[in-house]
Amino acid sequence: MAAIPREAWEGCSVLLDINDGDRLAFFRLTPAATVKVGNRTCSLQPLVGRPFGSLFSVGPSGLVPCADAPSSRDDTTQDAADGPSQDETRDNRSLVDNNTAQNLSSDDIEAMKRDGVSGDEIVEALIANSSTFGKKTLFSQEKYKLKKQKKYAPKVLLRRPSTRSICETYFKKSPARTGFMRVDALSLLLSMANVGPYSDVLVVDMVGGLVVGAVAERLGGTGYVCSTYLGSAASSIDIIRMYNLSSDMTTRGPCEAFEVITKVGNTHYVVEVVLKSWAIAGNILISLPFRIVQAPLSDLCSLQNSVDVSSGLNDSIQGEAQEPTAVPVENTQPSVPQPTDTAVPDEKTQSPKEQSIDIDIPEPLLDEHINQDGNSSLDSKGDEDGSSIGPKSLKAGKAPSPERMKYWSEHGFSSLIVAAPGHDVESFVADLLPLLSYSAPFAIYHQYLQPLATCMHSLQVSKMALGLQISEPWLREYQVLPSRTHPHMQMNAFGGYILSGIRIHNGDACNGSK
Amino acid sequence: MMVPLDPSSKPTSQRRIAEGDTVVVYERHDAMRAVAVLPGAVLQNRFGVFRHDDWIGRPFGCKVHSAASAGGGGARGGKGKGGGFVHLLAPTPELWTLVLSHRTQILYLADISLVVSYLELVPGCLVLESGTGSGSLTTSLARAVAPHGRVCTFDFHDQRAASAREDFERNGLTSIITVAVRDIQGQGFPEEHTGAADAVFLDLPQPWLAIPSAGTMLKQDGVLCSFSPCIEQVQRACEAMRSCFTDIRTFEILLRTYEVREGGLKGATTNEESNAVPLAQKKRKLLAAAETLDVKQNSSSVMVRPCSTARGHTGYLTFARLRVHGN
Repeated sequence: MAAIPREAWEGCSVLLDINDGDRLAFFRLTPAATVKVGNRTCSLQPLVGRPFGSLFSVGPSGLVPCADAPSSRDDTTQDAADGPSQDETRDNRSLVDNNTAQNLSSDDIEAMKRDGVSGDEIVEALIANSSTFGKKTLFSQEKYKLKKQKKYAPKVLLRRPSTRSICETYFKKSPARTGFMRVDALSLLLSMANVGPYSDVLVVDMVGGLVVGAVAERLGGTGYVCSTYLGSAASSIDIIRMYNLSSDMTTRGPCEAFEVITKVGNTHYVVEVVLKSWAIAGNILISLPFRIVQAPLSDLCSLQNSVDVSSGLNDSIQGEAQEPTAVPVENTQPSVPQPTDTAVPDEKTQSPKEQSIDIDIPEPLLDEHINQDGNSSLDSKGDEDGSSIGPKSLKAGKAPSPERMKYWSEHGFSSLIVAAPGHDVESFVADLLPLLSYSAPFAIYHQYLQPLATCMHSLQVSKMALGLQISEPWLREYQVLPSRTHPHMQMNAFGGYILSGIRIHNGDACNGSK
Repeated sequence: MMVPLDPSSKPTSQRRIAEGDTVVVYERHDAMRAVAVLPGAVLQNRFGVFRHDDWIGRPFGCKVHSAASAGGGGARGGKGKGGGFVHLLAPTPELWTLVLSHRTQILYLADISLVVSYLELVPGCLVLESGTGSGSLTTSLARAVAPHGRVCTFDFHDQRAASAREDFERNGLTSIITVAVRDIQGQGFPEEHTGAADAVFLDLPQPWLAIPSAGTMLKQDGVLCSFSPCIEQVQRACEAMRSCFTDIRTFEILLRTYEVREGGLKGATTNEESNAVPLAQKKRKLLAAAETLDVKQNSSSVMVRPCSTARGHTGYLTFARLRVHGN
């Protein structure tokens, strides 16, 4: 009974950390997936079944697990811990930068490589042939070793994609894609919006799906994420495919019946991921382990005013659902050169095309869907910049069922998270708040302060909410080493602003209800 | 109920305040308290006297007026209208952190959220904590692992453990949280959890003493967090972690809050006499203008600045992962 899978499995999404953070990329462990390390292309198959947290080196036959090798970062600290004090007499007074310290030529090194000398052995040889190595301080000896090791003996760390690692990866590699949302800001959003079991969380996610994925992870198969959007086209929430959202479902008992739903947008990926894991689990007709639905804000708002929700809404949704929508092409302009070493695209990737797929899990049709889609669109090309997967054809799916919509219109959502870093949030937050249940908390993220200030001011005036506060997290990382503890020399100075508050009941004290 | 353990127990707009519920009575952003609703009971504060009976049947998030003025004026706008008002909120772990009784120094929102994220907690996890303290973090840990997971929390202080247990019971968290009295620094965590914990959290004066035990409790790749106010503690904790943990990272997180106000600023054309007004007086003028929204000449706009008081330090958070051994 495990909530968190501790080993990589065939078909799962993984995060590879190459050379201690130099490169971070997501991959899907398909049989054909490869990673390019240095100039070697290695199959990812050796990762299947290995524990997350394992370290690999590149051997003659591809990736091989390092035997109990700690990561290089800790080598540094460990050795340095042995006693920096007795070495403090050494310094850089004799350092002359004339490029003559190394006696091995590049030809020598090439020759060693041709002879099959291992990377670690080359590093040792470089050290032995360095005339200045012995004069360096222990600390700079370690730095030297690390630098050479990265070049000649690269290491690949297998990491589990989670909210923490996914957010950190995007923030480090392509922060604009996720609205410069730092992991501490995302953590605050989840807390401030009281995301917990059985919550029905209303989300406006214009940060690629980072928030939808994080909320779904916290819900762990209970409750709903209702991803709403402005206008008629949903923004991409592709990043949810990096989360192994359904992985824990094998350990969970049956939930109540439900419907899964995609409307416009990439949500069908979610469904596919889920189906795949169901196939693995052999658990097919029980339920979905998590529920993500998408609905345009206009539909949600119209609910507020319509009494006969079920019929009218249903029609409008079904109507829209038939039309395939164009894909947002945001992924076609990568900020860094398109990587060449990412997973091989599955030739079946293009299969789920234009036909509108209404996936309704509890139906027996499910098996077909698995066969048809289960292994399509699942391969994930890990991009060097951490951004995901190229555009795929979008299909219309289903919106939340009329029953569910009706439930939400009567009971309200448990909380709201808005992450629309390019929008004037004030303009639509007033529409969103009435969708929340009374006393429901909300948290609004923005990369700029002013939109939140005006939004906060208008909420103060409208008296729709209390406990309003704008906060900005400040996060500082420390180097902790004996006698050398200090904050990191380089730090990120900005992780985003958050406006939080609690929706209140506006009725006068005299009426017992609204 | 603080954390819904089944779909029917979550607060929705249909839920009404009932006898036995805990509500958070909100007076102002810096004045809140948790109150158990009991028939016949009254709450008396500076805004008046409030009868619990008036609350029963009302929705959470509602505003209630006092039955009689306490003579102290009343909350915003309540003056002269016969008593003030308060709002009744549904409890959440965030509100609980603001209202709980401090038996120890507690963890606050920023640290708590980073801890929950970095420990990678999801529903179903088993997390170990020591010490329990006032239960501020414990409540958030419970929300993160509910409905199927567990928080096992330990404190060596008998009475404190008992008080925490009462709080968890009152908040409906007993099926998630187990409180035990145990000296984790001296005895380590109980063997029954060996290799079973997804995460371990330490808030101990000498965390290095408990770190080897934390390592035995964790699953491979599981995450440990140690919270310490002093850097010397961090130093020793990190040394202790190096033998079997990896990815050791130490952070400090603080929150800067902002205040918003509508008002106008004087332009270059403003007459000289007002320039001669001392700064303090100018500010008062500005405030007055903002309050009445009566700003002439200059167009009024929303302005924002950081609040001038803030928590300067809470503690250092050190996270580490249990090293995975090659087979």
